[in-house]
Amino acid sequence: MRKSNWLLLALVLVLSSFLAACSGGSNSSGGSGGGEGSGDSASGSANGDQVYNLTIGDEIPSMDSSLADDQYGIQWTSEIQEGLYRLAEDGSLAEGIATGDPEVSEDGLTWTFTLREDAEWENGDPVTANDFVYAWQRAINPDTGSEYGPYMMGGVIKNATAVNTGEAELDELGVKAVDDYTLEVQLEKPVPYFESLTTFPTFMPLNQKFVEEQGENYALEADNLLSNGPFKMTEWNHGSTMQFVKNDTYWDADTVQLEEINLQVVKDTATGVNLYDTGAVDRTSLTAEFVDQRINDEDYLPVPDMASWYLKLNQNRMGEETPLANENARKAVAQAIDKDGLVNVVLNNGSTVSNGLMPKDFVKGPDGKDFRETNGDLLTYDAEAAKEAWATAKEELGQDEITLEILTGDTDLSTQMVDYLKEQLETNLEGLTVDVMQVPFQQRLDLDTAGDFDIEVSGWGPDYIDPYTFMNLFVTDGENNRMAYSSEEYDSLVEQASTDNATNPEARWQNFLDAEKVLLEDAAIAPLYQAGYSYLQSPKLQGVFSNPAGNDFEYKWAYADNAAAEE
Amino acid sequence: MARYIGQRVIYMIITLFLIATISFVLMKLLPGSPLANADKLTEAQQEVIFEKYGLNDPIPVQYVNYLGGLIQGDLGISFKYDNRGVSDILADRIGPSAQLGIQALIIGTVLGILLGLVSAIYHNGISDYLSTIVAVLGTSIPSFVFAGLLQYFVAVKWGILPVATWNGFEYSILPTIALAIFPMATCARFMRTEMIEVLNEDYITTARAKGLAGTAIIFKHGIRNALIPLVTILGPLAVGLLTGTLVIEQIFSVPGIGEQFVTSVTSNDFPIIMGTTMFFAVVFIVMILIIDILYGLIDPRIRLSGKD
Repeated sequence: MRKSNWLLLALVLVLSSFLAACSGGSNSSGGSGGGEGSGDSASGSANGDQVYNLTIGDEIPSMDSSLADDQYGIQWTSEIQEGLYRLAEDGSLAEGIATGDPEVSEDGLTWTFTLREDAEWENGDPVTANDFVYAWQRAINPDTGSEYGPYMMGGVIKNATAVNTGEAELDELGVKAVDDYTLEVQLEKPVPYFESLTTFPTFMPLNQKFVEEQGENYALEADNLLSNGPFKMTEWNHGSTMQFVKNDTYWDADTVQLEEINLQVVKDTATGVNLYDTGAVDRTSLTAEFVDQRINDEDYLPVPDMASWYLKLNQNRMGEETPLANENARKAVAQAIDKDGLVNVVLNNGSTVSNGLMPKDFVKGPDGKDFRETNGDLLTYDAEAAKEAWATAKEELGQDEITLEILTGDTDLSTQMVDYLKEQLETNLEGLTVDVMQVPFQQRLDLDTAGDFDIEVSGWGPDYIDPYTFMNLFVTDGENNRMAYSSEEYDSLVEQASTDNATNPEARWQNFLDAEKVLLEDAAIAPLYQAGYSYLQSPKLQGVFSNPAGNDFEYKWAYADNAAAEE
Repeated sequence: MARYIGQRVIYMIITLFLIATISFVLMKLLPGSPLANADKLTEAQQEVIFEKYGLNDPIPVQYVNYLGGLIQGDLGISFKYDNRGVSDILADRIGPSAQLGIQALIIGTVLGILLGLVSAIYHNGISDYLSTIVAVLGTSIPSFVFAGLLQYFVAVKWGILPVATWNGFEYSILPTIALAIFPMATCARFMRTEMIEVLNEDYITTARAKGLAGTAIIFKHGIRNALIPLVTILGPLAVGLLTGTLVIEQIFSVPGIGEQFVTSVTSNDFPIIMGTTMFFAVVFIVMILIIDILYGLIDPRIRLSGKD
């Protein structure tokens, strides 16, 4: 009798704690269920609800524009806030808080922006020049701990690096409010692409009063944010769903047609595809294994990424010359890889073959022509030429057997890719042995910084739209060079572009074109591919621009064409 | 009993301290930087950011700060989710994981016990074979395979339940079923073995000899004795569910804690990794304690040996 009482008591206790936890769980999820059914309602009458339901690959790490440093943070801060300018179709610049073009001093160092007087924050405060000064100082302030602050401003805005390392006071940063609607910026050196930089979240204004009122809680929840952009954030269920709605106080609200964007965190591609197929979301991204199944669907959408991938060919490894110091050896390696096979079979994700450093459709010259179009294919796959160059190289080096180590990451994709590269190189270049070194990302960075590799699979994604972001990579002793490449001609061309020719767009453009030719004639790097993404996208999504840098997509001009989705 | 529990609590604290220390050391040995763009920043720029997170301090100082925070219940600030407190992040995510885990545990054990009973009672009959097949399939096929199949057939093909996401009770049904399969199968096998053993005991024969009805024998004497060993596996099953929800959470886009753990490891978000590790450790240890106490309550022999 006594025993059974104990048992009963124990069971009751266990059950009641289960039930208590249960009801707690369902309460909290009930509260987050506001956006249900919106997926179904989208398929209404023609051009009906202006609602997008999208997937996002992860929680947004930060909605604080000073701290946003990943694709999701950059994407969504760009929609709720607006800087001096905004990226529009094809990466062109549209007016943001600034009106007209800035006034630039003759030496290219002083930029004066005139701000529009009808721009408001969500709370009715006007957007003033002081909001920019505050935001820029905040981004470079060492206490903020921003990554993009020092990266984007260092060497660009006067005293930025000194302020960041504590050697100068905050107010010594080269930005000041002449009056409420005039912003004056002092640069360290002429930066012809400065307007394009101002579209980036780091340079967006912040309402000082609001940010300081919120203190530690600023940007942690949807309520702790203040919008001055086309949209505002209304819901943020961490790790799950987010909602953005049209901001009626935005100065150009008349242009914004989209009423609502719902985001759902989906990490599993198959789940994303299932959600898309049942109409719960209007767009989802695909990985290689799904591309084959869907590539012929009408709603398959490849989007080029502006990241350029290549092999870094190290000429001097930790003080010792490598076989790749020989130009013919480098040319052999660069021409021995069948890149079509790489992008179509191994990657199969929308990536395209690259035969230069600059990605396709990234930047247009003063003549209106794409950089890649003007410079064409500089270093292509050519097995015969590779074999010839390799024979010459072996002769010049006096070696018959050469071993090279290739450094790459430890992801599945890296493994598949490096297996392919090894096979291509060893097949086409007789007497070459390729050793594979696969390490985690951070260790790869350390080895890269130390220059401890023969060949490295490497890539660069731009943060602003100007050839300089790519061409600056390989100047002698540059931060990202680390492969002992040094060419006086290349250096002087890049130098000219940012000094003598900084204010002469035609000559500057020519400098960059020539510099890329020098780089690839020297076969300093072996271009591989331009990255790309694949999506399934409902035809209802219209007017969504994909940007070459900064936020991946721009929704200000987007609208929902539900009639198109019905067909 | 009180003394026994007190003793156990002290051991628990020592264990937690050891776990905290070991995971701190392992964390420091991990290669990697918590910065999202370490490749773009100079070393001087990285130092500035590390200063904010206290990563420039000597490691013993970091250790003391970390332990100090832990004792006060302060798990620190996430590196990746700028300025967001680790406790807040975990608190947001415990709900869905706990709901899924508890639903799956209840459904899994109840169904498992029923299946096991049917097997044992109709020992070597058709229903025994059927339920054994179900049990074997359940333990041998991984839950994510069930998850994929459920999602494809129930949600996409038949449109009965939502595919994924977390918007209310109906969204929790498929992940719960996928999760419940393993505990169900485990319980069924366990229950079957125990029940068959119990039914062959002498006291069952005695009960039969006394003329008790079949149902009375099974419910009053059979099940109650067969259940005792089952309690021992409930603890590990429960913890397994809490941690094992990882894949299921990912497949069904549930904002749970397992998924957060893996994301943090890949992004070197030390405070969250430590916070989640400590959370799992506490849950595991407390669960073991509860099971031990329960076991003592159910089976007096355990309690007696604990006192001696």
